[in-house]
Amino acid sequence: MNKPTEWETVIGLEIHAQLATKSKIFSGASTIYGAKPNTQACAVDLGLPGVLPVINEQAILMAIKFGLAIGAEIPERSVFARKNYFYPDLPKGYQISQFELPIVSNGLIEIVIENKKKKIIKITRAHLEEDAGKSNHDQFNGCTGIDLNRAGNPLLEIVSEPDMNNAKEAISYLKKIHSLVRYLEICDGNMQEGSFRCDANVSVKPTQQKELGTRTEIKNLNSFKFIEAAINHEVERQINLIESGKIVTQETRLYDANKNETRSMRSKEEANDYRYFPDPDLLPVLITEEIKKIVRELIPELPDAKRMRYQNELGLSEYDSDNLTANPDIANYFETTMVANGDAKMCANWIMGDLSASLNKENINIKNSPVTAKMLGDMINLIKDKTISGKIAKIVFEAMWNKEGEAISIIENKDLKQVTDLSEIENLIDVIIAENTIQVKQYKNCPADKKQKFISFFIGQIMKKSKGKANPIQANELLKEKLNG
Amino acid sequence: MYKSTLVQLSTALESKKISSEELIRLYIERCNKHNNSLNCFITITEEEALKKARQADKKRASGDYNLLTGIPIAQKDIFCTSGTKTTCGSKMLDNFIAPYDATLIKKMNNAGLIMLGKTNMDEFAMGSSNETSFYGPVKNPWDESRVPGGSSGGSASAVAARLSPAATGTDTGGSIRQPSSFCGITGLKPTYGRVSRYGMVAFASSLDQGGPMTQTAEDAALIMNIIAGFDEHDSTSTEKPTDNYTEKLNNSIKGLKIGLPKQYFDENLDNNVAEVIENGLKELEKLGAKCVDVELPHTELSIPAYYVVAPAECSSNLSRYDGVRFGHRCKEPKDLSDLYCRSRQEGFGKEVKRRIMTGTYVLSAGYYDAYYIKAQKIRQIISNDFKNVFKNVDIIAGPTTTGVAFKLNEKLNDPISMYLSDLYTVSVNLAGLPAISVPSGFINKLPVGMQLIGNYFQESLLMNVAHQYQKVTDWHQKIPQAYE
Repeated sequence: MNKPTEWETVIGLEIHAQLATKSKIFSGASTIYGAKPNTQACAVDLGLPGVLPVINEQAILMAIKFGLAIGAEIPERSVFARKNYFYPDLPKGYQISQFELPIVSNGLIEIVIENKKKKIIKITRAHLEEDAGKSNHDQFNGCTGIDLNRAGNPLLEIVSEPDMNNAKEAISYLKKIHSLVRYLEICDGNMQEGSFRCDANVSVKPTQQKELGTRTEIKNLNSFKFIEAAINHEVERQINLIESGKIVTQETRLYDANKNETRSMRSKEEANDYRYFPDPDLLPVLITEEIKKIVRELIPELPDAKRMRYQNELGLSEYDSDNLTANPDIANYFETTMVANGDAKMCANWIMGDLSASLNKENINIKNSPVTAKMLGDMINLIKDKTISGKIAKIVFEAMWNKEGEAISIIENKDLKQVTDLSEIENLIDVIIAENTIQVKQYKNCPADKKQKFISFFIGQIMKKSKGKANPIQANELLKEKLNG
Repeated sequence: MYKSTLVQLSTALESKKISSEELIRLYIERCNKHNNSLNCFITITEEEALKKARQADKKRASGDYNLLTGIPIAQKDIFCTSGTKTTCGSKMLDNFIAPYDATLIKKMNNAGLIMLGKTNMDEFAMGSSNETSFYGPVKNPWDESRVPGGSSGGSASAVAARLSPAATGTDTGGSIRQPSSFCGITGLKPTYGRVSRYGMVAFASSLDQGGPMTQTAEDAALIMNIIAGFDEHDSTSTEKPTDNYTEKLNNSIKGLKIGLPKQYFDENLDNNVAEVIENGLKELEKLGAKCVDVELPHTELSIPAYYVVAPAECSSNLSRYDGVRFGHRCKEPKDLSDLYCRSRQEGFGKEVKRRIMTGTYVLSAGYYDAYYIKAQKIRQIISNDFKNVFKNVDIIAGPTTTGVAFKLNEKLNDPISMYLSDLYTVSVNLAGLPAISVPSGFINKLPVGMQLIGNYFQESLLMNVAHQYQKVTDWHQKIPQAYE
């Protein structure tokens, strides 16, 4: 047999997005992250004898919102099912999930791949389910600690078709969904806290072969970087296996970020028979056209539409639009900044420049920026009306960042107001000319193409003397008049 | 006094003939005296009951009380009661004290009823004889060599022997009606969804329903007025408004059309039982009711369908008993698998294991369609049968059981024969309908119950018919001699 020279990778992703509800999907307990172990698990979450689940309507509405945003089908009747398996952090011995009749099916999403080409990724289904608790195997001296705070948190499991052909496409898809759920305000997208996590189904096949290769499922992926690395590693592992005459076994593999490798967790033979059946404790969810209509009205402008608007209506570049719409917090910040001054380009530059640098340096989320959108917008307005120059604005920005107040008061306190009074600038120029007679002489005697060097020198001196406050354009014009006059 | 119904006790308390404390003492004394032989209580809550009785007396004195304030009741040990252990008849929950009250318990507490104790039952309500209880079998007060029926056998036995004026039960396949029939008391299984299941340890969620076990239909109506209604903690409870269940008790039943399913009077039925039921029907006819023959053609399929659906749900419902968070945990588990296996092996009895195994099997890949889906289809067919019959009749009547209480150990090792004793009761659960068992006579000093089945939410009519019947008969007043 000829060795196939070209391999094709096939990737399907299962994303678990934790829905941003205040209480759990089937109980009234809080979903806030980081509480002391087992302080946010009520009788229902503990699976005590006799307790019953009651669906959180917010979770239903959020799932519908997602479905509508990806143009999916929302059935009139959606059913919860029990997925039966034993595990210590699964209190009831079954997880309430959905099997037949999920709340969302057959949606689409468009991603950008290599060479700015577009690609449609099909979303098979998205279903609601409850999260399990957490097992802690490390801290209890040979025993396992169980924290059930997470048990019962609402999850939307978003299952794609195997439509992606390399790790980059997978990441592009993930980022797209990540951005979408945040825009829809149905998930906070926090990957460190596990609010957005992903399992990847990966297989390889010779390009010319039609049928898919045997796939493995990689679990435990909670950052874009790891996902990309894990997929690349797994693809390589599978190709190596096949090329050395071995076969890929269908199994679940865990990604170890420290070693950058995947290792077998359980094979298909060891896989559970989950014995799904409709949960008799919950009635089917009935979704009327009216509910869909109400939810549809709650959907905000989505990233694709926003990006197009930034380009077409605000005249921003593709690069700027991409960056500003990457997540709703940035877009909101940008739009609020714009309200104060109407200058899209300047706002974009400041946000992607000084603001973003400061945020990155101190690892602060834009939502918590010490310089609020309104403050930045007002400051930009002061540049536009020539109260300060762009250069002085950097000083003002830094002061605002250090919580010294709003732009206007900082300018006042630090006496940073731009000098635009012509007679004041004239006086300054006279002093500079008087102090630099040699340079003035040289300027007058040198050829025209060398004169600009001296102009820059004189402007520099003027700015120094005025502590940067002289209006550079006015100074430039007046200086030339004086020197040439 | 101990022969009094709830209605009579309420009058006695109202007229200050007796105080609640005296009343509770009287019943506690009877419980302590007879529980050794009958074994109908797993827990007797003597101190708590007396404390509550004194509070009830104060409330009555202050004028702040309800109709049933200060009256005792026995609770099946399947209802979670905060502070008092809830065993569900299982070693698995021998040490379990719920941190919360079941909705039914909460409602009864609010109504002023006082719990005497928790009654014995088949383990996790799985059984028809009360012999599967970890706490030993309950005896039938009419003949202590016989079973009281199950799974609510402790409640039936306690009320029959008048150790409590009334009790609660739960009915998944006949667990209220069959023991009521075997012990000569009145037992109502309400429409599925009429009484909250929250805090009632689940056996088969789509079939389980709690209800009253009393001396009379009138008492059952009083209890229903307290426990019926929507519960925001139970999604399967209905928002449909409740009736005032005592309001229609005295309506005339003249012109009532009663359907008699041929399949309830065939060769499966003991001849003597048939005769008792026929006499009962004659009494109803004397009151103006008309009997017509009807067909419930798929009655025989109800047993196999039930013994697929109920175990399927139970296999999943009982997965939470894994030794991790509560309940029985084996000693020194080697590893996780050992913890699971031995905790469950030691904690569950034979019948419970049998049903978990059956249920796991019918839900397994490859068998799901052949068993579970098919059983669900049969369930639909059975519901349709009832729907058709109720187009032409107001209620359905027949025997509650094929025979009278059987001997202890008689069927214990023959599960199929035990299952078949539920023939007339399980289809009602599969359809979710209400039904009542009413004492209607005796065969060799053993009571026989007549079952009346109503259309959905027709509890009022059922209790009305039963009450009218009890006004002209006295079977429900008979007490086993040893407990007189």
